[in-house]
Amino acid sequence: MAVADMASVFEQQDVVEDEPRSQRAWTERGWSWIWPKLVAIALVLGAWQVVVWSGWKPDYVLPGPVAVFQRLGNDLSHADFYVGVGITLRRALVGYLVAAAAGSVVGILVARITVLRRAIGSAILGLQSMPSIAWFPLAILLFQQSETAIIFVVILGAAPAIAAGLLSGVDHVQPLLIRVGHVMGARGLVMYRHVILPAALPSFVGGLKQGWAFAWRSLMAGEIIVIVSHSPSIGQQIQFARDLADAEQLLAIMIVIFIIGVVIDAWFGVLDREIRRRWGLLGVEA
Amino acid sequence: MSKLLELSEKHSLSVEALTMAFPHGDRLLIALQGVSLEVQRGEFVCVVGASGSGKSTLLSVLAGLEQPTRGRAHVHGHVALMFQEAALLPWLTAAGNVELALELRGIRNPARSKIAKELLHKVHLDGWERRRPHELSGGMKQRVALARALAQDADVLLMDEPFAALDAITRDLLHEELERLWKQNGLTILFVTHNAREAVRLGDRVLVFTSRPGRVGHEVVVDLPRPRSLDSPELAVIAGRITDRLKHEMRSHGSS
Repeated sequence: MAVADMASVFEQQDVVEDEPRSQRAWTERGWSWIWPKLVAIALVLGAWQVVVWSGWKPDYVLPGPVAVFQRLGNDLSHADFYVGVGITLRRALVGYLVAAAAGSVVGILVARITVLRRAIGSAILGLQSMPSIAWFPLAILLFQQSETAIIFVVILGAAPAIAAGLLSGVDHVQPLLIRVGHVMGARGLVMYRHVILPAALPSFVGGLKQGWAFAWRSLMAGEIIVIVSHSPSIGQQIQFARDLADAEQLLAIMIVIFIIGVVIDAWFGVLDREIRRRWGLLGVEA
Repeated sequence: MSKLLELSEKHSLSVEALTMAFPHGDRLLIALQGVSLEVQRGEFVCVVGASGSGKSTLLSVLAGLEQPTRGRAHVHGHVALMFQEAALLPWLTAAGNVELALELRGIRNPARSKIAKELLHKVHLDGWERRRPHELSGGMKQRVALARALAQDADVLLMDEPFAALDAITRDLLHEELERLWKQNGLTILFVTHNAREAVRLGDRVLVFTSRPGRVGHEVVVDLPRPRSLDSPELAVIAGRITDRLKHEMRSHGSS
């Protein structure tokens, strides 16, 4: 058989369909993604309004959605609000980055060094189950009522999840891939760089995502518990609103916290999906 | 390396009195016992045997992935290993997988990407260079694996049932492909399969392994002219004899 003939047979045999993703498919997908969320929001707002109408609590304790969103709109036109969001996001970023760095280093060391693995492998998992709010009394004792205390707990909340994600990724690399790497001459760090770490990446990103969730929870708890003077972070604003019995402001800030959390979570979701798609772990295409 | 020792230039691969034993519960499982064989440079040798005949273990030892319990296994030159699964790195493209093998040999760009493209051309994957493994069919994945094996500049190709998971037509095409690459590149191939027809289709010689423990039970020299057809009657006769031996073997060990 001539090579050209063979090639044409290969093509018929082995063609994998390109998925046609037309514009229309995209808008349809966008719509099917967004409508359940709109329904959910409508349901929550509706239920909230019904409870307010029922007169279960007086207006100044539980205001309705209209009043709260008006208040939120008002907040958005004041610089204080953005200063507060800025302080909170800066703390989140600093704490999270340190946690990511520390978690990665610890994860790699524990994966590489058998003695460390035996000594603290299970301790990392144990730390994850520790509610981060329980760290605050100690943090305040160590660092007083300061931003350091808050960030300390954010790091402790997030780092174990990140380390655990990396560790489980390294542990679950397919043995076959390691054999292939070995036959190609990869050893030690070269094996890590080219085979083990890329293979562990989806699990690591899962850990980063979970680490973020812990960091955000710890940060909010910290800002409410640890009062740092001259820093009107959003956690602090919520606490002040309670002290002043300003329920509208309290609920408005809660909505802000919710939205920030959801947006960042969604971003991690996109990253997670993209990595899984590239790694062929979604099982859609082939 | 031991390849300098006492190897006659003709031999690409030699195994002497190789025994492999693994602890299995409280007993010792003997996978291979006193296996000796020699493969000459440029020869295509197939190994057939029932499951449990230690065929894969033999390849692992030759690839340096496991140490012999007793005896010796020498390979003259670079070894590449192929498995039933293509075992491509899923995060790299077809070209990326081939390039990694080149990179680990110390070949730098731009030569690296040029060579990778040529190798993928050799296995008829033009236009698929930028695809990831999960976008490729089983046959295409094995062709990438073949290109990767060639990228390792291997003199000896060890193949562990590489086409067992493919459909008949794809397998047929890959047989032709492999035969062509074997001749063009002067490779030495040790090919493990449980399919006697496939062994006779490809091999200059077929070694029939006994099972539990694995041992070379019988050797068949295949002197049919190439290219051979899987469906030719002459091939079927030889394969039939080998299959009979395997059946006999399996019955007498009660290991079906």
